[in-house]
Amino acid sequence: MTATVDKPAGKPGRRPPGLVPGRDPLRVGRFSGVWRPRTVVVMAVTAAVLVLGAALNIGRGEFPIGVGDVLATLFGGGDPAQQFIVLDLRLPRTLTGALVGGALAVSGAILQALARNPLAAPDIIGITMGASAAAVGVIVLGSGVSAFAVIAGSVGLPIAALLGGLITATLIYLLAWRKGVQGFRLVLVGIGMNAILYALVNWLLIAAQVYEAARAQVWLNGSLNARGWEHVVPVGIALAVLVPAALVLAHLLGALQYNDETARSLGVRVDGGRTALLAVAVGLAAIATASAGPIAFVALVSPQIAQRLVGASRPPIGASLLIGATLVVLSDLLARTAFGTAELPVGVVTAVLGAPYLLYLLVRHGREARV
Amino acid sequence: MTQTAGKTSGNNGAARDVTKELGAAGVRLRAESVTLGYGDRTIVHDLDLDVVQNTITSVIGPNGCGKSTLLRALGRLLVPSKGQVLLDGRRIDKMPTKEVATILGMLPQAPNAPEGLTVGDLVARGRHPHQAWYRQWSSDDETSVHEALEWTNIADLAERPVDELSGGQRQRAWISMALAQGTDLLLLDEPTTYLDLSHQVEVLELVRRLNRDLGRTVVMVLHDLNLAARYSDRLVAMREGRIIAAGTPAEVITEPLLAEVFGLHAKVIPDPVSGTPLVVPIGTAVSGRIAADA
Repeated sequence: MTATVDKPAGKPGRRPPGLVPGRDPLRVGRFSGVWRPRTVVVMAVTAAVLVLGAALNIGRGEFPIGVGDVLATLFGGGDPAQQFIVLDLRLPRTLTGALVGGALAVSGAILQALARNPLAAPDIIGITMGASAAAVGVIVLGSGVSAFAVIAGSVGLPIAALLGGLITATLIYLLAWRKGVQGFRLVLVGIGMNAILYALVNWLLIAAQVYEAARAQVWLNGSLNARGWEHVVPVGIALAVLVPAALVLAHLLGALQYNDETARSLGVRVDGGRTALLAVAVGLAAIATASAGPIAFVALVSPQIAQRLVGASRPPIGASLLIGATLVVLSDLLARTAFGTAELPVGVVTAVLGAPYLLYLLVRHGREARV
Repeated sequence: MTQTAGKTSGNNGAARDVTKELGAAGVRLRAESVTLGYGDRTIVHDLDLDVVQNTITSVIGPNGCGKSTLLRALGRLLVPSKGQVLLDGRRIDKMPTKEVATILGMLPQAPNAPEGLTVGDLVARGRHPHQAWYRQWSSDDETSVHEALEWTNIADLAERPVDELSGGQRQRAWISMALAQGTDLLLLDEPTTYLDLSHQVEVLELVRRLNRDLGRTVVMVLHDLNLAARYSDRLVAMREGRIIAAGTPAEVITEPLLAEVFGLHAKVIPDPVSGTPLVVPIGTAVSGRIAADA
């Protein structure tokens, strides 16, 4: 991936110029960082597109509402009918989509930076599939009278998905471990794990009753249909906890992007830092999957788009979050509008958009490996 | 070679205090009967080594003799299976990673930069041990990185991606990162690998300036004996995981030692430029090339 670095030329005189070109300081009290105007612009524009896309998506339906009215209602205006439709009926769907997209994108950004490999997204290396397998297991086996059904019923689908994702990630990590974890081996082990879990999911679907298999299939496509506030709350809480954690831990990512020895000589406790970052990434992916099913390719594509837009050497957390949220909301809009009355699951749209990008990455990697 | 410890500035204030504590010997880094290896394979056997304040020490020896392994142990990237490594008199493996990283900087062999990373960002990462998540570009960071870039003469490349640089520039950028880290001890693993001769000299001249002008204590692994002899205060010659000889270049680079350590039949003459020992391997094709290089 060639991140372009043709940053817009800094405007001299507007702020005190830094001593190091390209690294002007931004200091407020105890906080200090590098002022990166391009990142700020990208995030502002993406946030605007996100709000607009969300308003369009909320406005659509049997009872259409204009964008202006939607925005007014969201910010406290609107008549009672609009308030009911927008806030109670439609907002949860779009909000779930935005939160899930953001969670997946941040998860992908962390994993790609850690593995130093753009293929290391939770949906490629099996973490999402692990969550899916557990969720499908609950849907399919949870209706019986066995001991498993009792456990599954009391655990619930989201918790099962979360556990499935965490267990899968732990297994991948242990299998890929050989005196440290190499990014490439992590990806290969993950792809193998993904295949095994995919087989498991298929076996569960075949073994299932028709009605349950259909329910599981809808969930497996990644859908935002019929999402209510009860879906918003868990993923919202997860993001509120894990995204700040990701931002705090992100300062390790710069050093961890080097090989382990360089990172250690820079004073990073490599294994501890990487484990913490992995835990955050897996938690985000698993909770997102639990909320809306495995929405394909968002975690793979969003961090790469964000990285190219801001011109960084690794996927940026904040910009990835916004790009992922925007991608899912716009995909949902497309899924609901492009095919007339037939509404597609949002995961189908993201898959159609994301698959060509995966092919591009694979072709490009194959070519680089030969050089 | 005399040591010019006098004209130093800034970062090595702490180093002087340590020298006082340790007495005249001024040992910064000490390996005490260390045995090193990977798994069952032992590479370095029961080895003792002292690294003295304000010197450049080069470790030489044939491929696979344990030079890099020793350097990794000195940089606490490898824990000895026996013995211990002491940094300023303290067991290095008991010290917090971050604290070690403020005293000792290490440049691994042929390090890799992520694609698209700019020189400025690369060097700035050397500040990691001084940073926290909320403090990522303090004025201290900025000054250190600025000085490191100036010292290695790559300030005008700050906004260029590292992967676009030439080999010599890239190596200077990495050394610049280690410099920005602000440690007065630097461990360099084959800093001249893959460089042509003029860039090798350029990098070693830089290392010497860091030692002479900034008071950095340097330990490096080098392959080229003549360059090692010219740019080092002390040489450590290793073979099969053991130190065969240690001392000034004149003490170490002798014809019998070359035969013992490298199995090399060679003539040692004074370097016409620096007066340090110059190795002339016997055999016309090889000695012709060495003569041209010198």
